[in-house]
Amino acid sequence: MSPTSNVDHGPYDGLDATDPAHWAFGTGFADPLDGIDPHVPDGVDRVALAALCLRLGDEALLLSHRLSEWCSRAPDLETDVALANVALDLLGQARLLLARAAVVEPGVVPELPAGSPVPAEDALAFFRDPPAWTGSRTAALANGDFGHTVVRLFLASTVRLVVLQRLTGHPDPVLAAVAAKGVKELTYHRDWSGRWVVTLARGTRESRRRTTAALGQLAPAWAELLDRDPAVRDDVEAVLDQLLDASDLERPDEGGELPDDLPDLLAEMQSVARAHPQGRW
Amino acid sequence: MSAYDAAATVTDPELPMLTIADLGVLRSVAEVDGRVEVAITPTYSGCPALATIRDDLVRRLAEEGYDDVRVRVELDPPWSSDRITDRGRAALAEHGISPPGPAPAGPVVLTLAPPRRVVRCPRCGAVADRTSEFGPSACTALYRCPECLEPFQHVKEI
Repeated sequence: MSPTSNVDHGPYDGLDATDPAHWAFGTGFADPLDGIDPHVPDGVDRVALAALCLRLGDEALLLSHRLSEWCSRAPDLETDVALANVALDLLGQARLLLARAAVVEPGVVPELPAGSPVPAEDALAFFRDPPAWTGSRTAALANGDFGHTVVRLFLASTVRLVVLQRLTGHPDPVLAAVAAKGVKELTYHRDWSGRWVVTLARGTRESRRRTTAALGQLAPAWAELLDRDPAVRDDVEAVLDQLLDASDLERPDEGGELPDDLPDLLAEMQSVARAHPQGRW
Repeated sequence: MSAYDAAATVTDPELPMLTIADLGVLRSVAEVDGRVEVAITPTYSGCPALATIRDDLVRRLAEEGYDDVRVRVELDPPWSSDRITDRGRAALAEHGISPPGPAPAGPVVLTLAPPRRVVRCPRCGAVADRTSEFGPSACTALYRCPECLEPFQHVKEI
């Protein structure tokens, strides 16, 4: 704002708009991969690497969005904070992975009008239509009750944890580093949601009924996640069996189909960015 | 003041009793042809403090006359709570935040029982009760002391 302005902006008049430090976490987002060697090692298929980064990034962003919808609505403050923390970790992973996909294969980034200020990670997050997304239906699924949320989070983070563990040895050093960092975070997500499943399953008659129902509703989610990553089946089933055993729950019948909630999710998540395509955030 | 010494005085915005050097977030400071290149690493992938740390580094170094500063992110190896220095641990405890124990190593086993770590109240030393594995910042859990009844944060082991 101009110092000669006659308008009284109250406390905002003291701000120096040219000093980014005046904005707490607010503006001037830097590329999350800024300064990281963009080089892709010889022998690595760029198209396949970009697709893999995109798929892992999409999955993290969609689930992060669903978890963030709990903000201010969770059963208690600590749970609210926990869900927001998990969402934030996944958002961080998504930013790194979408940015990496864009560096490796710029063709994956949707084309925006010349002069657009939208960085590549945002173009991927906010300007791609549903058919271009590569996350699971499980991640995009609309929230149910809290039992449904912790069962879904347990399934998704159990699979993601094993997938990321295997990627820590990937020839692309950036993907390997993101995976190694993600493993530490996912361990907290999986164990936290698993403890809630046990607590609810062994809680009241009502909490057990709801947890059992959620497990049944999410049986096709389990099938979908394992179809996407068949190589991790044995490892993740061993973990699921541990959880079912501790919760005294039966393995649900497989079958059924998940609704496609992605268009609804994107309609909300992308609405602000699409309404202001020239916006700087 | 050397560029490293100046960079090392920048503090974490969420744990302001800790410098980024004591937190283990500052990886390196190199001066090449009049330009300062600073490498930092995030504690957690989504840590929002990183953007503020970046701005604070540029401002702090400018105060010491370093006008050409580049701050870059380094992801490998990932940050671990083991990187918090002894001085950093003492500063945390002095400000009522319980410092982390050793980071877990080896296979990532499913833990359905409450975490086995024993956390003591930084004020009175009593063994504290866990309130939540997630706290007000990405790197902390919440505990409560049964003796002095104070709630406090514990820096998580990763």
